[in-house]
Amino acid sequence: MTSTLSLLRKPLVEGDKTCADVTRDVCDPLDRTPTRLWWLGFGLSSTALLTGLIMVIDQVWTGIGTWGLNKTIGWSFDITNFVFWVGIGHAGTLISAILFLFRQRWRNSINRSAEAMTLFAVMCAALFPLIHMGRPWLAYWVVPYPNPRGPLWVNFRSPLLWDFFAISTYFTISATFWYIGLLPDLATLAARLPRGWRKTLYRGLSLGWDGSQRTWSHYESMYLLLAGLATPLVFSVHTIVSFDFATSILPGWHSTIFPPYFVCGAIFSGFAMVLTLLIIARKVMRLEAYITIEHIDAMCKITLLTSLIVGLAYATELFTSWYSVNPFERFSTVNRMRGPYWPFYWTMVFCNVFAPQALWFKRVRRTPWKVWVISILINVGMWLERWVIITVSLHRDFLPSSWRMYYPTYIEVGTLIGSFGLFFTCFFLFCRVLPVIAMSEVKSVLHYAKDAPGVEA
Amino acid sequence: MTHPHRFVVGVFESETKLLRAARLARAAGLPVHDAYTPYPVHGMDEALGLAPSPLPRFCLLFGAIGLTAALSFQYWVSVFDWPLNIGGKSYDASPALIPIAFELTVLIAGLGTVATFMRMRRLHPGRRPAMEGLGALDDRFLLTFREGPDGVGEGVVQRFLEEQGASRVVETGAGS
Repeated sequence: MTSTLSLLRKPLVEGDKTCADVTRDVCDPLDRTPTRLWWLGFGLSSTALLTGLIMVIDQVWTGIGTWGLNKTIGWSFDITNFVFWVGIGHAGTLISAILFLFRQRWRNSINRSAEAMTLFAVMCAALFPLIHMGRPWLAYWVVPYPNPRGPLWVNFRSPLLWDFFAISTYFTISATFWYIGLLPDLATLAARLPRGWRKTLYRGLSLGWDGSQRTWSHYESMYLLLAGLATPLVFSVHTIVSFDFATSILPGWHSTIFPPYFVCGAIFSGFAMVLTLLIIARKVMRLEAYITIEHIDAMCKITLLTSLIVGLAYATELFTSWYSVNPFERFSTVNRMRGPYWPFYWTMVFCNVFAPQALWFKRVRRTPWKVWVISILINVGMWLERWVIITVSLHRDFLPSSWRMYYPTYIEVGTLIGSFGLFFTCFFLFCRVLPVIAMSEVKSVLHYAKDAPGVEA
Repeated sequence: MTHPHRFVVGVFESETKLLRAARLARAAGLPVHDAYTPYPVHGMDEALGLAPSPLPRFCLLFGAIGLTAALSFQYWVSVFDWPLNIGGKSYDASPALIPIAFELTVLIAGLGTVATFMRMRRLHPGRRPAMEGLGALDDRFLLTFREGPDGVGEGVVQRFLEEQGASRVVETGAGS
């Protein structure tokens, strides 16, 4: 039977795919040997990872004096990278949890990879405070455990400690959410495999999932609960990250707009990264029927909206610093725009506010390479935004005699490259060992906007 | 977990057929046991007469435990065990305790809900999936019936399933 197409809605999956097709399309690439393109990507990213690893060993061995920091500028590349990567993670949770609560069923074919991206991004993020500690082997000191030093507890009133709790909770809950979503698909994978260690492994990981309706019934309830928990969690995480700055008294940091501004920027940068990754992944893995132009279009709309909010936040910052009649606030704003680091500020404004305006046009939203270029610009712009907020605010504060310039060392640049290496290496490995598309969720929307559910072919 | 029962399994090719069969089977008083599907089929809970999941209540319980534990521990540390004077701020400045209390509420609620789910459905590594090899993890929709002491006479279920358009009717010993 040919499908009766709905006049109101577009199908979420292109072509007349059946459930068996979904299983085959998603699982088959895992059984084949990797393509040359995959080896190329994996080779590049693992080289970057190795570079980063060498840099990390060097700076841990020598000490963080290898960075370009000085007495005035105590935070720069490290915390910028931290905030940048945490922000990237937010899109994954937005797609998996918030769009789920809003019943946006198009999310079903992109949530798996977006959530994976969240986990890898949070891993990259956590790396930087860890290195910044200087003695990472003492990192467990941030955990309030009964210790022989008193016990001397951690300071529960410090935003940096809140950060530790926020990031570790975020990682744990995201990983749990992701793993729970994987259970049915791991079982599907195990069922297809011939006897052997892979079957045993996947079956063990699937916890003996068998698709029982009684299990599904509880599963759906649990999935909804986790989505409900992850939604405020994602807002809390970047809110707390912004507290690292907002609770200080430094002009340019001490601002009540920071929590919403940071959360929105995080979602904005995260969506840009999802676009960057998925536009490539759908081509390389031949998943165009599942990750369709409609998906790219929809993600572009969210990117555009968040870009407008970020633009509004920039404008609000300008207005309040003028309206505050506080000379330090005013100076900090003018210094961003006309100080020695002015090119970074204006590149940031161009990348985050002006370039995404092209997404108003349907023609741009539906041309993957154009979207890809814009997504790269946003990635750059959002990294610069964090750098401008952190470093440019620090380098000229209240006391002109302590004004300094900051220049990154090759160690810092190498570590940033290494974090990209870690991110992409993880993503490439993920594409090889786990189903990149949530099969059970896509199967449930195959009939969407086609014919009445389950009308027999 | 293996029951002493044997099962009669109807294999369907579409969720509509499965749903219809499940509804009619329950109405006819046949011993419906469960359904096995590649994705959650909507309306199946009602068709099988499943009670709503108690997980939301567990989630609330775990959340409350997390919140209470986090708040009281932080309060005890900052006010009683080792008060630190930081910038002259009061020891019991409770708004400062909120972020960590919130994070731990979410953490304990999330992990507790998942653990309860696994416990309830006895999911763990090494568990043998029921109804293996019948395609419920790929593209088939199974409706299972108990056979045995409390089941119905030979052939009744089989005939019912064939009438409902099951593509195959299988008997199997494994179930959960």
